[in-house]
Amino acid sequence: MAKHETPMLDQLESGPWPSFVSDIKREAAIRAKNERNIEYQIPADVCEDLLGILELSFKHGRTHWKHGGIVGVFGYGGGVIGRYCDQPQKFPGVAHFHTIRVNQPAAKYYKTDYLKQICDLWELRGSGLTNMHGSTGDIILLGTTTPQLEEIFFELTHNMNQDLGGSGSNLRTPADCLGQSRCEYACYDTQHLCYTLTNEYQDELHRPAFPYKFKFKFDGCPNGCVASIARSDMSFIGTWRDDIRIDQEAVQAYIGGEIAPNAGAHAGRDWGKFDIHKEVINLCPTECMWMEGKELKIDNRECVRCMHCIDAMPRALRIGEDRGLSILVGAKAPILDGAQMGTLLVPFIKAEEPYDEIKEVIENVWDWWMEEGKNRERLGELMKRQGLQRMLEVTGLDPDPRMVQEPRHNPYIFWKEEEVEGGFERDVNEFRKHHQR
Amino acid sequence: MEYEEAKAKIVDELTKKQKSKSKFYFSDLAKIIESKPRDAKKLVNKMVEEEVLEYWSSGSTSMYGLKGTGKQAAAEHED
Repeated sequence: MAKHETPMLDQLESGPWPSFVSDIKREAAIRAKNERNIEYQIPADVCEDLLGILELSFKHGRTHWKHGGIVGVFGYGGGVIGRYCDQPQKFPGVAHFHTIRVNQPAAKYYKTDYLKQICDLWELRGSGLTNMHGSTGDIILLGTTTPQLEEIFFELTHNMNQDLGGSGSNLRTPADCLGQSRCEYACYDTQHLCYTLTNEYQDELHRPAFPYKFKFKFDGCPNGCVASIARSDMSFIGTWRDDIRIDQEAVQAYIGGEIAPNAGAHAGRDWGKFDIHKEVINLCPTECMWMEGKELKIDNRECVRCMHCIDAMPRALRIGEDRGLSILVGAKAPILDGAQMGTLLVPFIKAEEPYDEIKEVIENVWDWWMEEGKNRERLGELMKRQGLQRMLEVTGLDPDPRMVQEPRHNPYIFWKEEEVEGGFERDVNEFRKHHQR
Repeated sequence: MEYEEAKAKIVDELTKKQKSKSKFYFSDLAKIIESKPRDAKKLVNKMVEEEVLEYWSSGSTSMYGLKGTGKQAAAEHED
């Protein structure tokens, strides 16, 4: 018999999809039985009370959570998010229900013994409920009490070689794609750059001094599997600046049907014979591909790295050899000003150790935003407020046509005197020789 | 600015404002000690280390307060 009646939550289990309600009930049952004789450090019925308070919130149509607080581990300004319920007498198991963010390993590679360790820790010192993973990318441990925080932190850092993630006005836990570990499209080692910058910017990750949150994300190629262009204040997307490599024999093999297109994906039904014109050439957004007899040609100058041709014929077309990344800035989800995609700031930069050039761009951007950003203003909003021109001044980058989002949106260019050859002063007599009053 | 001078200024200013508010943005603190963000960060973090100040976080935004002040502190220490 459940501790609380939950008719509304029960209904959520009736659909065809896996239900979080079933998951929580399962964990509640496991904790009630406690077959492993765990000495639970927070109330054993935390999951039941969690269901209870959620049911009450559904009934009232308003939340019974209070969020935020001074909870945290010593010296860290982020990684722990305080949660309290406003009905602690009714639901003592969730009187405290703090969230802990744990910095996931680059590209989320785990060993099973690590996962077991983290689950055991959370059974003992938390609710046993996890969220793998939160939208930022970290491991989310849901629900514990204040006295457990330091214990958990000690265990994570001393015995599991693991750190907390970012929250609040911090650098948030950086996230990346699988990169070169498994993907032939990766133009740089996303895992290495993600790991390096995570270590380099520990202070920014743990000690909040930014106007608001700041996110890095790393995509190895323009396919953008972590969607960094939409989800991070600073997005690092792999690219190349030479030509797409073409294997003409393999092109013919695709045309002849010997190699399945799209690396065998979408093979669930018969789409007919592969048609290179219909499925690749005519879909090129800049129309930069054509056939000359049996040869596939690409005008690489016009390529915008949409990746479609490479995705469709991966054995015939390969990313170029001169690889690096593009940096885009200012993407965010909608709170103020609506959602924004990243704006191109650095068209191409080599991604080589020790990444000093990349760090220089990052630190210039931060210096500007920390000084000029209003409280709770994201980088993208500051860019909108002060303009891309200001962004280029602070980063010391030269304007580039590739930074133009759309042509002729604003036909005015405001030159500063120092940018104009000879300045604004002129010899009027010299001018009058050629121009009458 | 020297650490002790910065600490005195911040404690003084935050104590004066206690009646109306107990949590402050980082930029408020930087203004009080008239320092650039990076210098202010070093000083402010030392104050957290020494437990003069403490972090407060909503989860999305972080703020600072004098240790032990504000409603939140009372609520969190009630058990």
